[in-house]
Amino acid sequence: MNTGETGSSVSPIDAEARLQLRLLGLVKIVYLLKTVWAVIAALLIGAIFILLAGGNPLEGYSALFRGAFADYWGIGDTLVRMSPLLLAGLAVIIPLRAGLFNIGAEGQIYIGALFATIAALYLPDFLPGFLRIVLCIAVGALGGALWAAIPGLLKAYRGTNEIITSLLLSYVAINMIGAVLHTWLIEPGAPYPYSREVPEEVILPTFMPRTQAHVGIMIAWVTALLVAIMFWRTTLGQSIQIVGHNKHAAAYAGLNVKRLTVLSFALGGAMGGLAGVFEVLGLKYRLFDHFSPGYGMQGIIVAFLAALNPIGAILAAIFLAGLQVGAGSMQRATGIDTTMVAALQGLVVLCVAMGLAFKFHPDRWRRRIAAWRRDR
Amino acid sequence: MFEFLINPAQLADVLSTALRLSIPLIFAAMGGLLCERAGVFNIALEGQILFGAFGAAVGAYYFGSPYAGLLVAIGFGMLSGLLLAILGISLRVNQIVVGIAIILFATGFTSFMSRLLFPGGGNSLTLDGFGPINIPILSDIPIVGKVLFAQNGLVYGALLLVLAINFLLFRTRAGMSIRAVGETPSAADAAGIHVFRTRYACVITGSAMAALGGAYLVLTQVLLFSDKMSAGKGFIALAAIVLGRWQPKLAFMACLLFGFFDAVQLRLQFNNPEIPFQVFAALPYLVSILALVGLMGRANPPSSIGRPYDREMR
Repeated sequence: MNTGETGSSVSPIDAEARLQLRLLGLVKIVYLLKTVWAVIAALLIGAIFILLAGGNPLEGYSALFRGAFADYWGIGDTLVRMSPLLLAGLAVIIPLRAGLFNIGAEGQIYIGALFATIAALYLPDFLPGFLRIVLCIAVGALGGALWAAIPGLLKAYRGTNEIITSLLLSYVAINMIGAVLHTWLIEPGAPYPYSREVPEEVILPTFMPRTQAHVGIMIAWVTALLVAIMFWRTTLGQSIQIVGHNKHAAAYAGLNVKRLTVLSFALGGAMGGLAGVFEVLGLKYRLFDHFSPGYGMQGIIVAFLAALNPIGAILAAIFLAGLQVGAGSMQRATGIDTTMVAALQGLVVLCVAMGLAFKFHPDRWRRRIAAWRRDR
Repeated sequence: MFEFLINPAQLADVLSTALRLSIPLIFAAMGGLLCERAGVFNIALEGQILFGAFGAAVGAYYFGSPYAGLLVAIGFGMLSGLLLAILGISLRVNQIVVGIAIILFATGFTSFMSRLLFPGGGNSLTLDGFGPINIPILSDIPIVGKVLFAQNGLVYGALLLVLAINFLLFRTRAGMSIRAVGETPSAADAAGIHVFRTRYACVITGSAMAALGGAYLVLTQVLLFSDKMSAGKGFIALAAIVLGRWQPKLAFMACLLFGFFDAVQLRLQFNNPEIPFQVFAALPYLVSILALVGLMGRANPPSSIGRPYDREMR
């Protein structure tokens, strides 16, 4: 038996105890990497889908990976795609830390984009460009926050189920943007509804030459960092999480649960709003009807994948963005339809949800390891 | 703008459209209600409608019969219910998380598979569907006849389902067990009711009902499959359950109300081409939200809803 590296003074019993502790640590790490196993499982099941579609999974996945990460332009595209996914993820994470499900980030994205477009088109020319950009971003975030405050308010003061209202409000928002585009903002003579182009001064600069990677991406990263700091270090962040753990205890401790309910929803909505802002100012320069391919719902995938950790959300968003960007390369290389990635994303959430069933019970594992060592 | 509500012929038309549009809501709401009465939150209705629609298209396309479509739709619904049951009842994962996961999976899976299984995609299908069944004599009654007695079989099926669920929940022993399991599972367990078995049964059949809502859309309305065709209906059905205070008859009326507003907005779109159609298209969603908000008094859901039962924790 190995007596351990600390020297001969350690008795074999101590060494055995230490070994068992180390094994326990190992098991814990396996549990902590749960999300990774879930993603691997999803990729394996996805391989079956590729086979069904008559493709070669290895070829498909490697084309997908190369398209998303292997060259400069791929990385640029992936980062561009990451920005709305990350912000939509944060839009889900913040209220969910308070125990509230925001599944209407899609609507908040649209309202944010609408507010920012209006600001961009109608802010007076004499203001310096930088100030106009800041104002557009602020107005867009405010729009998203106001829209999200509705389900928050209804939940806090009427007890209305926020899952239903936040989602249904998305449909209202999307139709609202359509109506506004049709009547007011539409570019004269446009073949389908889109707004005039925003002035050059408010367009976000890019930071990777010859790609579309705009500064909004960096703002999204900084925002994720700020959200993380909010949860670790600020009273507000702590209060939100206390509400999430136990509403009644929070109220008993003197926290204003209703206010925090509205606030967490509004903060989440601001994130969704930002996602919409950057799509307009950083990428499309116009407001288009139906411009979001479901970023709001995909934000839920980001949030689950990240286990509600704002920093983890950056990784999760890069992963999802990579899948979506690589889908095109996969289709060109192997002929597998890009919607395969949509199915894969669904599998990822499902596997992550299944992973939630496995919780690490230290005592149970301690006993199990001890029994196993005894048998040997 | 609202003249059509006075004109008898047009009113009959709007009412029959209203009934037509409320059917998927009724199927989904009855399915969801059964799950919730047994204490399981089925937020996945939206995804199950989509699964049902997809299954119906697969069955009808490959076997050439709408009846086969119905069966495959039920199969898909039951499988999604089984998934919800295993994760949300046995493995005790948060049922809302599982529900959302099922919705997202249904969205991705059906859009990929429909491109794989249907040449030219689900949008280019023209499936064999169910036609209207005119009930002799009754269907000749003015207005009412056209609304109630000249519909397809699934419409009659949905109406019967409401009565059946109501009967099951309040007039049978099984219904008593279901409600007990949804209120206080520990007491039900002590009384010898199989909590897990009851919940599994309710979730699986309830999910199949929601899938029938999707099958109805495909086999009687559009005869094709398109991505995300459930378009929020599952969530409107959830709103109808709350609005109906977990009573089948009231939830049914809530579905009719939502269907009516949907029919009205369609008519308004048609009558007012100068107004952007989105103004009217938002109406059913808005009405559902307002109805939830305006709900008078407290609506009390089954008290153990969403809480997985654990025999060791009492």
